[in-house]
Amino acid sequence: MSIEVKIPAVGESISSGIVSVWHKKSGDRVKAGEPLFTLETDKVSTEIVAEKSGLLTTNVPEGQEVKIGEVVATIDDITTAPVAQSDSPDAKNKAADTKSIPADKTSGNADVLSPAVRRIVDEENIDPQEIKGSGKGGRLTKGDVLAGAQNHASHSPTGTRAADRGESAAASEDGRFTRKKMSPLRRKIAAQLVMAQQTAAILTTFNECDMSEVQALRAKSQEAFTKKNGVKLGFMSFFIKATVEALKAVPSINGRIEGDDFIQNHFYDIGIAVGTERGLVVPVVREADKKTFAQLEHDIAEYASRARDGKIKIEDLQGGTFTISNGGVYGSLLGTPILNPPQSGILGMHAIQQRPVVRDGKIEIRPMMYLALSYDHRAVDGKEAVTFLVRVKECIEDPKKLPLDF
Amino acid sequence: MDKFDVVIIGSGPGGYVAAIRAGQLGLKTAIVEKDKELGGTCLNIGCIPSKALLTSSDHFMFAQKEAVKHGIVIDKVHVDLPKMLQRKDKVVKTLTGGVRALMKTNKVTTFEGLGTITAPGKVSIKSPNGEAQEIETKNIVIATGSVPSELPFAKFDGKTIVSSTEALCFTEAPPKLLVIGAGAIGLELGSVWNRLGSEVTMLEFLPRIALGFDLELSNLLQRSLTAQGLTFHLETKVTAVNVADGRAIATATKGSEELRFEADKVLVSVGRKPFANGAVDKKLGVEFDERGRVKVDAHFRTNIEGIYAIGDVIAGPMLAHKAEDEGIACVEIIAGKSGHVNYDAIPGIIYTNPELAGVGLTEDQAKEKGIEVRIGRFPFRANGRALSNEDTEGMVKFVADAKTDRILGAHILQHAASELIAEAVSVIEFGGSSEDLGRTCHSHPTLSEAVKEAALAVEKRALHIVNR
Repeated sequence: MSIEVKIPAVGESISSGIVSVWHKKSGDRVKAGEPLFTLETDKVSTEIVAEKSGLLTTNVPEGQEVKIGEVVATIDDITTAPVAQSDSPDAKNKAADTKSIPADKTSGNADVLSPAVRRIVDEENIDPQEIKGSGKGGRLTKGDVLAGAQNHASHSPTGTRAADRGESAAASEDGRFTRKKMSPLRRKIAAQLVMAQQTAAILTTFNECDMSEVQALRAKSQEAFTKKNGVKLGFMSFFIKATVEALKAVPSINGRIEGDDFIQNHFYDIGIAVGTERGLVVPVVREADKKTFAQLEHDIAEYASRARDGKIKIEDLQGGTFTISNGGVYGSLLGTPILNPPQSGILGMHAIQQRPVVRDGKIEIRPMMYLALSYDHRAVDGKEAVTFLVRVKECIEDPKKLPLDF
Repeated sequence: MDKFDVVIIGSGPGGYVAAIRAGQLGLKTAIVEKDKELGGTCLNIGCIPSKALLTSSDHFMFAQKEAVKHGIVIDKVHVDLPKMLQRKDKVVKTLTGGVRALMKTNKVTTFEGLGTITAPGKVSIKSPNGEAQEIETKNIVIATGSVPSELPFAKFDGKTIVSSTEALCFTEAPPKLLVIGAGAIGLELGSVWNRLGSEVTMLEFLPRIALGFDLELSNLLQRSLTAQGLTFHLETKVTAVNVADGRAIATATKGSEELRFEADKVLVSVGRKPFANGAVDKKLGVEFDERGRVKVDAHFRTNIEGIYAIGDVIAGPMLAHKAEDEGIACVEIIAGKSGHVNYDAIPGIIYTNPELAGVGLTEDQAKEKGIEVRIGRFPFRANGRALSNEDTEGMVKFVADAKTDRILGAHILQHAASELIAEAVSVIEFGGSSEDLGRTCHSHPTLSEAVKEAALAVEKRALHIVNR
């Protein structure tokens, strides 16, 4: 089966780019996750990786200008052939690739997947490198990947794969609808979402914050900050720091319910929702209270880039104590985020909108952002939830309340 | 004489293979054998001679019963037993000579005589002519094997009440042969003499034959052997065997019934017991268990430093290949490497026709362990090669974990089961699933396709039968 390698969207207002360097050539065997080519745009240079393993056929030469969405290569995942560097250029879809006896001089045993493992890894879109093998020599067994497929789904509850909508669609006779079975991954995610809602008593409280101080601070410090740290000063680091302050003020939100116990976390691992081509992933920024603004921005940028490249690992998604989700990038004004189980709270950031507000009896135009906190009412009471949000607002509107280190 | 790195007492499959491995690893090795020929029970009075006779007698059965089905008309076919026995002896001689050659090429010093561990690191060897010598070594491996178990009321007399040793060299097929114990040895030797003209009666204490093997297949084997002329009495306990005038009379109880059997020879094949006579000086204090087996830990170490034991003389299935694997692992451990035996992947075989082979768990064993399993079966009557061979008896059966599909056991009843089982052992060793095996290409037309189909049958995907 052939998949198309398309130019992904790498940012708003970018509609084209250049395939500046091919890292693999036509006829090469590529592995899922390996870099294929460098895409250069006027804003950013990105490594585009293979989404699947298989035989690569390139369609455009280096230096070619390409549009977003354009197909620049195909990968033929011949599941019967062994994963070896073969020099047979046009071995397309030939199951009789049997002449290539695995010249597998690469890192030994774990590379060769058994037939059942190959099938499952393919059907469930799993990266075999993310799963630990319990078979002889570290090999993956069918049981390992079956468990891996389950874990995969349960650790990205909000992640849906647009491409991953499962098997063939059946159109109704009159063409008014088509029926397609949801992929196992999608079904698992669906179950997770419902479970989150049915387990916790989820309520949402709202507030708004005036972004002008943060904007002013950013404008003033941006050049020096970027020069010193190699990464831009965004909004997220402010919100993470504000969140940490608010969690310190209202500890119950930084905990979780487990059976009859309430577990209070004494560390601050904040999950940051990142949108990718394939959906939402929530990698976790560790020890956010101990990191500087620069370190936070760095972590976020790294996660964003890895997410785009599909290189987020399962460990990155695990163990967070609180989540921040920014619907504003998509234009949301106000929304009620769903909890990321087993966490007790999630902060929703929204679009910054110039609005008339009243300051000292006068109407002023300020850049305002609505904030939402969805929380588990079993662990957090209303007063606490409101207090949390007020604290976030206070820290954003007066950044001096944060431990500014730039 | 210089100190050895390892001295192995016993040159059966466990001992001589350990010696070869030790030689390969560069250890200064010696092997001590009390008998004139190397190779132990397996080569001299066990595996090899029995298989030689089984094959020869199987060919005779073919000539008598099967050839005509192929349009081969053989007027008169009879057995020249002395010649058959001679060939068996020749095979044994070739192999024991081969072991001696292997000791030479691997630079293993051989000593003939009874080896006794007198102190840690010291082995005294008493040669047949009475001379004794002592050798020094860093490590000692006890590989002295086992001998046939005896019934207290039917002690071996070497003539009428015999063990497998004598039953491998009867000079004529005893008109009536009584076999006590329907395990591998009893079934195999009973088969040989049944084919060669004896009237064979099998007495078994349990309600089934072939203990340890898959029950369904064991019952099918019993049916087949009965059709071949053997008579079975199960749940039968022998109470006495008396010998008079060169004939034996055995009495037994079967439930409330009293049974009486007359026979020219009685083969007692109720099991084997570990043998370590003279191998260890008592004052050394090497520990044995209540069954007379040398006690060892997971690294084959006895309670005395520097003394190890492997094979039939320690616990575990009394199989040559188990002894071999243990011999290798033990010597690798001695050489400072990691040695390991996977006891979950040791096949067992009964070389009747059809052969019965099994590896891993049976359905019943899985149930006892509380493991939920799925079963896949495929009969050879649906296999093209078997049909072409005019030999369709038997089936393949897989036991797989219901959740992970991992193959936990494989069982085969077929003329060539002993060979066919090897593939399943391999897959089990790698932790493979029934789907893995089912998705592996198997040549057509071969018997091995039945193995693949049985694997597919686990997930109800067999092609050449109706999946139920």
